[in-house]
Amino acid sequence: MSALVAGVGMLVVRPAVATPEELAAALRETFGDRPIRRGKVKLDLPRLAESGNVVPVTVSVDSPMTEQNYVKSVHLFAEKNNLPRILEVQLGPYNGKAVVSSRVRLAITQQVLAVAVLSDDTLWSAASDIEVTVSSCG
Amino acid sequence: MSRMGKARVRVPERAAKGQIVEIRTMVDHPHESGFRHDNMGRLVPRHIVESFTCNYNGREIFRAKLHPAVSTNPYFMFYAVAIESGELVFTWTDDQGGVARETAKIEVT
Repeated sequence: MSALVAGVGMLVVRPAVATPEELAAALRETFGDRPIRRGKVKLDLPRLAESGNVVPVTVSVDSPMTEQNYVKSVHLFAEKNNLPRILEVQLGPYNGKAVVSSRVRLAITQQVLAVAVLSDDTLWSAASDIEVTVSSCG
Repeated sequence: MSRMGKARVRVPERAAKGQIVEIRTMVDHPHESGFRHDNMGRLVPRHIVESFTCNYNGREIFRAKLHPAVSTNPYFMFYAVAIESGELVFTWTDDQGGVARETAKIEVT
């Protein structure tokens, strides 16, 4: 502990943000080379957040959520957070509606990306820009 | 030491068969990202809720994997089709072995 306290005067701050390359790497790791199309997904978050600590986010996917045609999972990414992954949720026809809300931390002004995996394994997405006035440590 | 706190869930007590119901959940948890410094400039160790699940009469209907960028006291809202009367079981698990569990009954007519 004392070593940590002694370090206060010369804090080494690790790079505060993920680069878009890190986001690209996370997308590749999760989805391989499958094409991610724009559409079917709606991403609701404020245009402006005074604090990046608690940003409400809702992802809605246009899907009938039937046994034949449903959303399997929804993945949320922040391109400039320390780590680009925010959360992943698994869904199915038993949800009736492919809508999920949560609250997230956003380090700085950036773009948030939502990707949905459908039951036919196609990938759909939406992106949204948000201005963050006071950053968080996400 | 685990600091998994109180869990709160909101599920309708009654629903018609086939109705899509809204479910809201929150657990008291610091969900420390591991990137934050305290007032002394010390890095606060990572301590996050890693997973959250909802089972409806034994069947998993929602699973979330959380990363540090989810806010303190992780909150989720999602939907479920009311198929039959029974119980929903909500489980949160953190990276220090902490587990929180909450249940809710639903009557489907």
